[in-house]
Amino acid sequence: MAKIKKKIKTITVDADKCNGCRGCEIVCSGFHSIPKYSTINPARSRIQVVFRPLEDIWLPIFAGEYSPAECMGREKYLIDEKNYDECEFCRASCPARDRFKEPDSGLPLRCDMCEDEPELEQPKCVEWCINDVLVYEVREEEVDEEESIDDVEIGLQSLVDKHGLKKIVETFTRMSQKD
Amino acid sequence: MRYAETGYNLEIDLATGNIERVETDPKLMELHLGGLGTSVKLHWDRVPPETKPFDAENLLVFSTGILNATPAFSANRSVVTFISPQSELLAYPMMGGFWSAELKYAGYDKVIFSNKSPKWVYIWINNDKVEIRDASHLVGKGALETQFLIREELNEPRAQVAAIGIAGENKVFTASIEQGRSSASRLGGGAVMGDKKIKAVAVRGTKNDIHLAHGAEFMEHMMDMTKYINFRRENPIPGVMTILSGIGSPQEMLHTDEKWHTENFSWGNARTRRRGFWDERISEEWPRVQLEGIKRLISCFNCPQQCGALISYKDTPRYMAKCFGKLTYAMASYVDKMEFAWTTLQRATEYGVDSFSTPQILAFGIELYEAGILTDKDFAGAPTDKEGRFVWLLDRVARREGIGDVLANGTYWAAKEIGNGAEEYAHNNIKKHEQLPLKLGMLDPLYYLMYSTNEKISITQIEGNWPQGAFPTLEQREEFVKDWPQLPNEYMKQWLLDWEPRGEKGIPHFPTPDMCCEIVDWMEMLHNIDDACCVCAGMSSFCLKPPYHIHNYPKIISAATGLDLDEDSLKKIVNRSRNLHRAYNNRLGMRRKDEKPPEDHWKRRFPELEEELLSTYYRYKGWNQDGIPTKERLHELDLDYVTEDLEKRGILKDGQD
Repeated sequence: MAKIKKKIKTITVDADKCNGCRGCEIVCSGFHSIPKYSTINPARSRIQVVFRPLEDIWLPIFAGEYSPAECMGREKYLIDEKNYDECEFCRASCPARDRFKEPDSGLPLRCDMCEDEPELEQPKCVEWCINDVLVYEVREEEVDEEESIDDVEIGLQSLVDKHGLKKIVETFTRMSQKD
Repeated sequence: MRYAETGYNLEIDLATGNIERVETDPKLMELHLGGLGTSVKLHWDRVPPETKPFDAENLLVFSTGILNATPAFSANRSVVTFISPQSELLAYPMMGGFWSAELKYAGYDKVIFSNKSPKWVYIWINNDKVEIRDASHLVGKGALETQFLIREELNEPRAQVAAIGIAGENKVFTASIEQGRSSASRLGGGAVMGDKKIKAVAVRGTKNDIHLAHGAEFMEHMMDMTKYINFRRENPIPGVMTILSGIGSPQEMLHTDEKWHTENFSWGNARTRRRGFWDERISEEWPRVQLEGIKRLISCFNCPQQCGALISYKDTPRYMAKCFGKLTYAMASYVDKMEFAWTTLQRATEYGVDSFSTPQILAFGIELYEAGILTDKDFAGAPTDKEGRFVWLLDRVARREGIGDVLANGTYWAAKEIGNGAEEYAHNNIKKHEQLPLKLGMLDPLYYLMYSTNEKISITQIEGNWPQGAFPTLEQREEFVKDWPQLPNEYMKQWLLDWEPRGEKGIPHFPTPDMCCEIVDWMEMLHNIDDACCVCAGMSSFCLKPPYHIHNYPKIISAATGLDLDEDSLKKIVNRSRNLHRAYNNRLGMRRKDEKPPEDHWKRRFPELEEELLSTYYRYKGWNQDGIPTKERLHELDLDYVTEDLEKRGILKDGQD
């Protein structure tokens, strides 16, 4: 397989600095609305802050890949005497929970690092975070070339997984005829 | 399409259990914006002046503001309105936190509670599903504990819960409504909530998008604001106290140097100034113990400030705190230990009491006991040490047991009931409500007007944008005015330049009454805009050189709402609501005679000048000499229906100036 250069984008989360304002959720939901910033709803955000204040847990998590099935097993973490719930650190949009799904359609959400034209210097959540909890880094790596799946296909795949291909085709046909 | 607001209120009749989602008139936003503005209108329309605080007819309204749930920094306040059991006027304590954003994302601008529930309940608002649930198992639980138990019971860790503790259950007049790190504390909202038998209101919202009329432009304003916040953080205002030099209301959890507060305020029930308090031992111990107690600094929704903290001190159960409560219990009790402050504040937070009034009320009780007005009989069973006795009294007040039942009504009402000279000790009230424990020398004309005339009657009053005192040197004044875009008019800079700490150009005669009117009116207007938007005053009206001000507010609100506002039209809207609020309180009996600071607030008083100040300000505001808006003023503000009502009731008389 051919090698290509790929930009690897990472956000380091310094959770100890987070004071739970959830500004990242707000700006993310606004940036991804169409047109941009026309609507705000943190439930649509691709970053979600897990917060359990009395346990001193404030933990921003980014939406990762969509998963059609839940994991075979679940993990719990105990760090610095803090108990993290099952799947707390997991970034997947999966059937086991509501996190990282559009609140109305249930379609999966995935962090795209605020891809935009022209390219942004940094994702909006990083820019917006006033406490430097989120630190953005880009590096280049050589990787095997592979087909990328765009957001529409991921969304459609999740609908197919949920309702079956036949139902989706029927609905699509019916909606096309209405137009 | 409704912008910035949801366009719906939630009406809950506690007597019948009827719950309705009611669409609101879009015109209301043009007339009153939202938040306090539209809530005042609601009370005017629906709660007649015969209503007593604990009547079923007294509405309890939880409201969001026009900018909550948008990306506007620090737009996170909830405003709670009701006729106060303490002042018997329309009160509006506010709380920060996350509750108001959650409510808007659930699809509602306000929750309006009418009547009383026959049994203890809590309300669960989960998007379009709203339930009145049994709360009998929560009775007697702490305010914070209740929030935790409800989240567990609902299996919804992200639900935001506003709850009362046992003080609210017992209708203590200083009972607060607690919510995470925030609370709506002043004037007894917790008591009215308890009277209606609502233990808590839980909300989770995910399904309602908040629409911005001009989102991209709105974000440009916020990016400008970010730049300013960063600039101010790196460039604190010189020549003022640390707590006033940066962005935000005094971030009491962050700052540890409390020399100024501890030595300049009068402690006990506003009795003694403790000069020299911040000595070598205290200045080492208090900051150290403060930092030992603070596990993490925390913010409200979308706020760059860090006013709050998670407190984890030794064996004391964890809780969250903000503001000035860290000092008030220890200072009021003369227990000179920061440890006592942390442990007592935890107890008081679970009880759900206001940490400004309550310590003064407890100190008032102790002072009456020491003066022989209260007796051993009243204090039967009390420990004899200062710490134990203070906490014992707090317990009695929260539970309304024995003498606590009398003190639970606040110093004004308690003094009346106790008699025998107790009134002299209840010396720190305005409109029956305990004030900041501050006793000063020379009458300050600006503060005289603020204290006397505002409807808030609470800690921040309407101060903030104008410096608290004159700068000693001309150089300092020049430095201050050269970078002051927040000022409404350039010519006001000269007033600050001319303002001296003493002498002819110092207080009480300077600023002149006319200047004072303009300064106070400007500051009040900003507070009113904040309260309609539910933006934290710490980022605006209660802050020197704040990020929000009269020149950018119209643009920000216009971009969010689609209204086409300029400074004049925005000012007119908030003046409309402000005058409606005044007329409402006039209907409840408030008059000129009630508009006065405590007798001993300043040592040096000037009765004639004070009368002149008040008369001049009333004229400036378009009020008659009894403090009631005139027919002409009401007409200018499209409030002819208010004139009609006031005339019908004989409050405004035809032809009266």
